[in-house]
Amino acid sequence: MDEFVKEYLVECLEGLALLEEQLLELEHDPKSQKILSSIFRVVHSIKGSSGFLGFPQMAAIAHEGEDLLGRLRDGRLDLNDRIVSGLLAMVDAMRSILGSIESGRGEGERDDAALIDRLHRLQTGYVETPEPPAISAALERIEPEATSSAPAPAAPPPPPPAPAAPPASVSPEHPASGSAVIPAATEAPEGAGASALADTTIRVDVGLLDKLMNLVGELVLARNQILRCSIVRDEALFQACSQRLNLITTELQEGMMKTRMQPIRNIFSKLPRVVRDLALTCGKQARLMIEGEETELDKTIIEAIKDPITHIVRNSVDHGIEAPKIRAERGKPEEGTLRMRAYHEGGMVNIEVSDDGGGIDPARIRRKAIERGWLSDEQAARWTDRELLNLIFRPGFSTADALTMVSGRGVGMDVVKNRVESIGGSVDLHSRLGEGTIIKMKIPLTLTIINALIVSAGGDRFAIPQVNLVELIRLEGEAIRQGLAAVHGAPVCRYRGRLLPLVDLNLVLGVGRREERVDVGERRVNIVVLQADELRFGLVVDRIDDAQEIVVRPLARQLKGIACFAGATIMGDGRIALILDAFGLAKALTVESAPTERRGILEGESSEATPKGDRGTFLLLRDRTEAQYAVPLEEVARLESFGTDSVEWVAARPVVQYRGTLLPLVDVAEWLAGRGGSDSIASDERGSMNVIIHESSGRRVGLVFDRVLDILDQDLDVRGEAGRPGVRFTAAVQGHATEILDLTEIARVVGVRS
Amino acid sequence: MNDTLLLCTFTLDDRLFGVDVRRVQEVLRRQDMTRVPLASRFIRGLINLRGQIVMAIDLRCCLDLGETPIDSDAMHLVLRTDDGSLSFLVDRIHDVVVVEPSTFEPPPSNLQGEMRTMILGSYSDVDRLLLALDADAVLTMIDPPAGAAAPTH
Repeated sequence: MDEFVKEYLVECLEGLALLEEQLLELEHDPKSQKILSSIFRVVHSIKGSSGFLGFPQMAAIAHEGEDLLGRLRDGRLDLNDRIVSGLLAMVDAMRSILGSIESGRGEGERDDAALIDRLHRLQTGYVETPEPPAISAALERIEPEATSSAPAPAAPPPPPPAPAAPPASVSPEHPASGSAVIPAATEAPEGAGASALADTTIRVDVGLLDKLMNLVGELVLARNQILRCSIVRDEALFQACSQRLNLITTELQEGMMKTRMQPIRNIFSKLPRVVRDLALTCGKQARLMIEGEETELDKTIIEAIKDPITHIVRNSVDHGIEAPKIRAERGKPEEGTLRMRAYHEGGMVNIEVSDDGGGIDPARIRRKAIERGWLSDEQAARWTDRELLNLIFRPGFSTADALTMVSGRGVGMDVVKNRVESIGGSVDLHSRLGEGTIIKMKIPLTLTIINALIVSAGGDRFAIPQVNLVELIRLEGEAIRQGLAAVHGAPVCRYRGRLLPLVDLNLVLGVGRREERVDVGERRVNIVVLQADELRFGLVVDRIDDAQEIVVRPLARQLKGIACFAGATIMGDGRIALILDAFGLAKALTVESAPTERRGILEGESSEATPKGDRGTFLLLRDRTEAQYAVPLEEVARLESFGTDSVEWVAARPVVQYRGTLLPLVDVAEWLAGRGGSDSIASDERGSMNVIIHESSGRRVGLVFDRVLDILDQDLDVRGEAGRPGVRFTAAVQGHATEILDLTEIARVVGVRS
Repeated sequence: MNDTLLLCTFTLDDRLFGVDVRRVQEVLRRQDMTRVPLASRFIRGLINLRGQIVMAIDLRCCLDLGETPIDSDAMHLVLRTDDGSLSFLVDRIHDVVVVEPSTFEPPPSNLQGEMRTMILGSYSDVDRLLLALDADAVLTMIDPPAGAAAPTH
């Protein structure tokens, strides 16, 4: 493509973006001469360069627009919504022509007579002829009052000749471009002419470029010095050189990153138009407030979050903000407010989209979830509002039908979540019925250089992104036997009063040893605690090396299917290390996925705490008879498994030898039923039994149970008083009547008995 | 196409193969390789090629000739592909030879298994049978979902 044409395209696209932004501003401040003049200048310069380069269609449209704007500027015409819509249609048409020029098809075969005619009619203040686009149809329908504020149809019938063209030397630069990094031209709206050209060019502040050049100069000097070092072999000089090199690299890296940083304005500036058009279509009134649009993010991230953000904003207008009538009834201003906020926090960028609309009704979600068969009636009744709200992110929740109409916020929120998570971010939603909804996104600043922890397993090194890292645990000697246990075959670690599910990296990847470390009797166990979504788990590794900054490289297409890896990086010694993906590893957890998923949601705040209920972490158990119990985790000393053949009988009571003492065993079901004899203990056909060991005031007791179902971290609401000794109260947990056991009491009674 | 063809030749399991020299980016001796757990068995590891991460394909495995051990002295035949560079692990790399298209023969009918789909045919220009490898067929085979989906063990 011709260099001139390229330049023309970039310039026009930028001009159009500015035009769109300012038109919307103008709508709120119709009298502003400053905005009007600026808009006029942009259109004029587009017209000029289009004519110069021989794009008659562009020039013709721009000419008509310029005439219209000239009248507005000279005060011969008052701005109204139809004029703004007409001018926006002009922007769209120009974009589509530019797209066509860019793809090498010239201006394409278009008939813009209707648009030109529309622009022309607007100059005379005539009522528009019906226009095909739905938006303008909606406009006619819902804003009759706007028509009345427009000049009377008959006002100035013969349009005077077009205003004299402004001085020819109008500079193409626009007033808003004073900032250091001018946003790269961003592409046209969806459909029409998504501009690849604009995506591949970026504008960089000359000062920054100079600084980078200086740094490169220093880099060359440092290289020369180091080359000299290799000849003279001066240790001190070499050290000084490496330090310098280190410094230069860091600065160069920062500078380079800055060139890729773009203000989030590039996305935000598109939104007023989206909100305006959608609000008109839905017959609503909405106003968008933007805060922190200068917040900077990496270009690739800006690209990645553009669609999710637009989607959320659309949802907010479509489903969040109520129709003006309803708003008035609810005592809210008829115009809904949408607020976008972007700010830096802890190395991440937070983006909030909030509206003062109707909020999301959890009752409706509940109903829908039951209809869809996702929840049983019981479960649905038990779930908190917050848990229900999170269902919105579930795939399938969104799929069209009445659901989105009643509950709002359904359309593709799972896609939004996936997209944001795929770039290492997270999405969170809060909603209050009748008051509005807030969606918060946390987005990393850049993707290419990240902080990572290097670990080893099976002789290979792996990098773990710092964002997923919670903490490191090292167990040595006796602590291993105390800290690690197996719950129903799945390894766990006692960690801050909870049981942390463990994944052994060697086993997951099939490298190195094949047995559980607990069984091998290892002397030292390193655990990296990771957070993937709401799930927290421990990754057992051979060795923890150190933390470093790594450069993320994507994996070859053939390797992308492996969920455990997020990419690869080159280490200081030139060897390659794979980057682990916490989400992928979490899938390898042998813990049943359904309960963990549910638990994740349960960890959120739950508001209906009953004063008598217990807050804390519980182990949810079943016995052979499928009766369900819960035991406070802090009362559980250990979980053990014994062979049934190791059971001995002392005074007709079952015991096992455990750490040099005799541990009395209690079969929970039998014991609670008042039967002391536990014949069933020895008759387990699996040949082994799971036992909870409880210690209090020097006494130990082992509770025989069948399996651990889940670990709960929530309030347990008292549903009934204890019916029998050894039970503190009963509650409903996951749809089952559950007895919360009083281990101290059981230990006391059993202790006396034995 | 009457032009003579240049083939970069290499041996694998004592058989002589050739691949169009225009596909070849470079050849390398033994490299430090990082294995990729859970990858398909055709993928032997990743190598660092001057800052680029390049995947090494176990050609022996692709052609049903067993597996190349990770610590072998296998050489890398680095090819250009649409997705960047890719390396084929081979036993030894030999000369570039000129072949006459007129001596081309389709694969011998007794050639069995995987190898048959990956051989374009043979040339008799050199003193022994030279099998022309279809690099694209190999690439198609290692592509998911054909191979990489299943873990190796």
